Amino acid sequence: MAKEDYKGIWVFAEQQNGKLNPTVFEILAKALELKAHTGENVTAVLLGSGVKDLAPALFAYGADSVILADDPNLAQYSARPYQQALTQLSEKYKPSILLYGATSLGRDLAPRVMVSLKTGLTADAIDLGFDQDEVFYQTTPAYGGSILAHIVILEARPQMATVRPMMFEPIQPREGADGELIIETVSVDADADYEVLATAPKQDTGDSIEGAQVIVAGGRGIKEEADLEPLKELAALLDGKLAASRPLVDNGWLAHEKQIGQSGATIKPRYIFNVAISGSVQYQVGMQNAGCVISINHTKGAPIFDISHYGAVADYKTVIPALVEEIKRRKA
Amino acid sequence: MFKFTEEQLMIRDMVREFTANEVEPRDRAMDENGFDWDLIPKLVDAGLMAIHLPEQYGGGGGDTITSEIVINEIAKGSASIALFLDAHWLAADMILYHGTDEQKAKYLPQVAEGKIFAFGLTESNAGSDAGAIKSVAEKQADGSYILNGGKAWITNSGIADYYLIMAKTDPEAGNKGITVFIVPKEAEGLTIGKFEKKMGMRGTGTCELSFDNIHIPAENRVGPEGRGFMIAMQALDGARVSIGAIASGLMQHAMEKAVKYAKERTTFGKPIYKYQAVGFKFADMAAKIRATDLMIWDTCQMKDEGKRISVEAAELKLLASRWACEVTDDCIQIHGGNGYSREFDVERFYRDAKLLEIGEGTSEILRMVISGAVIGR
Amino acid sequence: MKILVFVKQVPDTDDVKLDPKTGNIMREGVSSKLNPLDANAVEAAIQLKERYGATVCAVSMGPPQAEDVLKKALALGCDEAYLLSDRAFGGADTLATSYTLAMAAKKIGDYDLLLFGRHAVDGDTAQTGPATAAQLGIPQITLASSIDVQDGYVICDRVLEDCTQKVRAKLPALVTVTGEINTPRYAKPINIMKALKKPRFVWNAADLEADTAQTGIPGSPSSTKEVLEPPKRNANTKYFSGSAEEIASQMADMLHDEHLI
Repeated sequence: MAKEDYKGIWVFAEQQNGKLNPTVFEILAKALELKAHTGENVTAVLLGSGVKDLAPALFAYGADSVILADDPNLAQYSARPYQQALTQLSEKYKPSILLYGATSLGRDLAPRVMVSLKTGLTADAIDLGFDQDEVFYQTTPAYGGSILAHIVILEARPQMATVRPMMFEPIQPREGADGELIIETVSVDADADYEVLATAPKQDTGDSIEGAQVIVAGGRGIKEEADLEPLKELAALLDGKLAASRPLVDNGWLAHEKQIGQSGATIKPRYIFNVAISGSVQYQVGMQNAGCVISINHTKGAPIFDISHYGAVADYKTVIPALVEEIKRRKA
Repeated sequence: MFKFTEEQLMIRDMVREFTANEVEPRDRAMDENGFDWDLIPKLVDAGLMAIHLPEQYGGGGGDTITSEIVINEIAKGSASIALFLDAHWLAADMILYHGTDEQKAKYLPQVAEGKIFAFGLTESNAGSDAGAIKSVAEKQADGSYILNGGKAWITNSGIADYYLIMAKTDPEAGNKGITVFIVPKEAEGLTIGKFEKKMGMRGTGTCELSFDNIHIPAENRVGPEGRGFMIAMQALDGARVSIGAIASGLMQHAMEKAVKYAKERTTFGKPIYKYQAVGFKFADMAAKIRATDLMIWDTCQMKDEGKRISVEAAELKLLASRWACEVTDDCIQIHGGNGYSREFDVERFYRDAKLLEIGEGTSEILRMVISGAVIGR
Repeated sequence: MKILVFVKQVPDTDDVKLDPKTGNIMREGVSSKLNPLDANAVEAAIQLKERYGATVCAVSMGPPQAEDVLKKALALGCDEAYLLSDRAFGGADTLATSYTLAMAAKKIGDYDLLLFGRHAVDGDTAQTGPATAAQLGIPQITLASSIDVQDGYVICDRVLEDCTQKVRAKLPALVTVTGEINTPRYAKPINIMKALKKPRFVWNAADLEADTAQTGIPGSPSSTKEVLEPPKRNANTKYFSGSAEEIASQMADMLHDEHLI
């Protein structure tokens, strides 16, 4: 079958416990951009049991159609039944593009589908598009983000990618939007060899940096743990959270969940203070979508200033305590 | 031409990684706070506490080259920790080469398992002139000894579990009246003084020891009576190679910091490494480090071949310790005012380096050894 | 129990540069190392071996120099090493790599547990593990932050975005581990000295009876069309200057204008 016979842009509508993953809406927005280029329809593929109610949201966020495979063996995510279902649907409908969120679930599932469809899969794409040769490419960071690669899947179909969360803005939901709901029957086996024994919500320590509006982040230039104190104080004054680049996490001063960057969290705060952070590409990958970037570094040429709205070439050890005092004075 | 074996290169890479992760990050704090006990389990787990001891005693079965690779790499992160290991091994070597089978079976496994050993020769009035030591071990009717006197400047004192103490069993016989004893830290009559306020190498413990009628059973004597000076001098030959390896590592550490600084620091609109006055300093440093390294590995090879290395070890230590002082001095100069500040590392290296010209035989004693060989006795 | 642990040689740098003329990655002067998370996988294998007894086989696909990481794996406590090396394996994407690794697993045979690091720091795809499980038709546990084997099952904790899970999979199974699972040990010098005497095998495509249409470039549906450096952005930075107090005052003004204070 020729690759031209594969049509349609598919988005895997990841859901767990009847809740769609927000990344689905982000990818749908990007899928609409791709649709504008190719004219092919956007289809959300929804797997689960009793999840029909999720279809309207998928329409509202841009899906032209929703394929729903409802099966008791899909009630809980498990790699092999999901692999079976998605493989069967893809073989039947032959989409040209199939996108997943680069979530823990998406990255668990997609490589298995890659094997059963014998196609290509780009990991953790931060952008998608068509190049000057009209070839669909996926941009993905390599070597920890030091370089970007344009990956292409020239012959095999569907062209698959997992897409990093928080890269695209969902569209405004289209009220009353409707589309074609296609109910499919798949033949999947329950996986007796894989079992979730227990699930516990993550201990919410109350200082998750994801979702914080203000972040004060410290980096390699901070040489003593005690020097973090003024940063903590600044974060508290601004109702924000303390975070760090990798070196401070590596030496055990902050927990891994406080780490911003390629090997840590990707965040999108309204304001971020980068204190004594030079701004490696690995770091920038994690915070480049922040609304307002304020950086303090004693090296004038530090790359962090390239992406900063405000900067101060100065010693953080004097500036941060002075700023804390100044804010206190003005608040008083 | 000298070449490391594949195993030695793998061990070097492993110790380099260990040093970068575990040793280097502790060096600054140890300068302030003294020895870091957390390092002991890490050194034990990494198999570095007794790399040169035979495998039957829990050691690493390494030759001299491998052992000095360990010292050299660790010194690239902390001269103090390298010196700690040097002293630990120096004491252990006396048991390895001169102990009875019972002593080896009892003590050598502890060297590997994290017990700390110290070598006690120097006294406050007898350093270079070892024959002048005043500590006395008086033999009793039952064959045991009663030890009186004291020691000073003993590396690892205050943290050691066992002290290898040199004392006179025949006060009239000079060098030939000295005998070696194993003294556990719990020995009744052993008083360990406060840590000395040293200029450098502050990550190692150094205290005064005093002995007040310590009862030493006969089985704690190492080697025959009267052979202690010879045993100590032989062990010191090996320790002087280690000082060379520490010097090389310390020079390398200092130079790396200075190179980094010279690339970051700008004056009159350009980074200072672009000035010949700075660049030439690095040239001298690199040449000194390479010459030191060649002497280290050559001397190690001789030792592994069973040759006597007294002169070669003295030559190595003489030059390497002087160069370490010069290199760290230059590194401060490159740092300018910052180099004089404790915010930067190089002033610590300078203080550490000076010990290398004094410990395990002063440069003056080394010159006596070398000139004696040149002129002939 | 037989454990296969898959290791990769990666460049020892986190700052890769592109050759401005050719656009290729500059590898000159960059040494190689064992992929850090693969060190966690090796450690997990060795700990299981110490607890329950096991034969641990380290497997790597790569050029002849990749033998270095296998030697390191042996020094850390693995029992045997397998290097999959053939020009026909070069340029593989994760599909072709997983095919080749699965063929090697089949040839080694009798495996109970396959261990991978969560991802490699160079390609960073995190796909080769699950894909290899799919090639072999066995269950997988990704993102394991703990591991134990009991009664023919592998049991792991997984740390996910919003929850933690305890899951089990029937052996044979494949597990990818995170950095949280353990702290890799250092290879003791004495074990380094013994490592080079352990059995090492080098297998090519013919040894694996692999279909070379499924390995290397021919077996890779995806390819890299272009590599580029991340675009330099210029945010037209507004700089504050002066004494610490002056900078603090200007910053506070800005924060005030932004209604942050």
